[in-house]
Amino acid sequence: MYRTLIALMCALYGSFAMAQATDPNLGRNLAAACAICHGTNGVNAGGLPHLAGLPREYIAQQLRDFRDGKRPATIMHQISKGYTESQIEALAAFFAAQPTR
Amino acid sequence: MSHPMNRREILKLIAAGAASTTLASCASTPEARKPLARVIVIGGGYGGATAARYLRLWGGNHIEVYLIERNTNFISCPLSNLVLGGSRQIDDLTMNYAKLRELGVIVLNDEVVSIDASKKRISLKKIADLDYDRLIVSPGIELMHEQITGYSAEAQKRVLHAWKAGPETVALREQLTSMRDGGVYVLSIPKAPYRCPPGPYERASQVAHYFKQAKPRSKVLVLDANEDIVSKKGLFLSAWNDLYKGILQYVPNQEVRELDAMTGTVKTEFDTHKGDVLNVLPPMRAGNLARDAKLITHNNRWCDVDWLSMESTAAKGIHVLGDATLAAPAMPKSASMANNHAKIAAAAILAQVLGEAPNPQPVIANTCYSYVSDSEAVHVTSVHRYDAEKKTLLTVPGSGGVSSARSALEKAYADAWARNIWSDTLG
Repeated sequence: MYRTLIALMCALYGSFAMAQATDPNLGRNLAAACAICHGTNGVNAGGLPHLAGLPREYIAQQLRDFRDGKRPATIMHQISKGYTESQIEALAAFFAAQPTR
Repeated sequence: MSHPMNRREILKLIAAGAASTTLASCASTPEARKPLARVIVIGGGYGGATAARYLRLWGGNHIEVYLIERNTNFISCPLSNLVLGGSRQIDDLTMNYAKLRELGVIVLNDEVVSIDASKKRISLKKIADLDYDRLIVSPGIELMHEQITGYSAEAQKRVLHAWKAGPETVALREQLTSMRDGGVYVLSIPKAPYRCPPGPYERASQVAHYFKQAKPRSKVLVLDANEDIVSKKGLFLSAWNDLYKGILQYVPNQEVRELDAMTGTVKTEFDTHKGDVLNVLPPMRAGNLARDAKLITHNNRWCDVDWLSMESTAAKGIHVLGDATLAAPAMPKSASMANNHAKIAAAAILAQVLGEAPNPQPVIANTCYSYVSDSEAVHVTSVHRYDAEKKTLLTVPGSGGVSSARSALEKAYADAWARNIWSDTLG
């Protein structure tokens, strides 16, 4: 039962990831929501972490750590739970690719 | 918009960097310099300004963008309660559209007279009619003074709402500063939905903060038409109990139906209350521009939209943003949401211009901070994801929430939120 569920989840995840891979604007569109606190394209206007140009894996790991309660937060633990693993990957890839200014 | 395939092909060539000779040879002809589409945005608040900016950021010179706004300046509603509390000035919240102009947005200080959806044309007060390929309407809210007996044009000179930041905010602050110590400030809250769910409770906190500092014998009386505090309940109650005990009184189930501006009286179903300063928020609906263009579809108050594109369900080619929309479940009428709506619309319009399908699963996030004093703040946040079956945005299960407690750190984050959303919206 458990195995079947895992297999099913993998299949679903796979097809989801493939569907997303076809949309070149996925990361851009997802990241746009972060701009109200982190600045347009992750370039911060002051007072909160600057995300543009940070290493992709670092950004993804911070989001996972917020989500899993491993990194303490006031708000990011609540926001990060709203994103799937593939969306976290897309966000991280987008911000990592942005110029720092 | 009549030849999406041609435009799509052109854009694909540009994107691929191919056929450079063809492009170079026709680059000097007027036809090649012509934008692929003209988008007119009406209303330069959080929704409209963000839409104009992102259409240019994402679409570059391929999209000609107009922004029509009747005010010369942008004045932020978020943080405007701090003007009442005394820790900010209205000038701190006043910005302009210069950076949008630098980005190539054609900002017109004008007022729309009418929208002709069938001809795709708008009429303006100052200049000649303008044709559009896509129209974005971000009209904000209208206050329904007529729902409260006695809230006449004359009464509105004395009894303020100050729910649109600007001269009324400053005038209400003056009423508070000139009020006698020992006076009563009455704030009445309409039934939800209204603009900015936590806003009235933040305002009550800010006025109580001011009284505590400057007029300690004065009182804040909150009359709420709702049966309970609409947003951040536990956080506001604890702030009021810890900081404003004996100053702030909260009474639920008090829908103001009548007021007398001369005697400073408000009447609810069973009770009469008197105040030195009355601040009555009437019920709200989508702005008049939405009404006149027949975009209001729900309850004579709000505009239904397709959440994949923010396109009106009542008029093809017209997108509606912000507080004027019939909100998706558990979605607040907030600056954060208006800014996010704008990005859904901008992405969908660009996809449409290129002849592509819109993003099938938008995900947007709301973050609203409330200042409970001059030094501490609290937040509420939520993540909203498109549900293809229900055709609306739904909160993602397990995500979102409110502050564990009010704090100075969250006040610093609130200040940073403001700086970032202002620059994300206006440049």
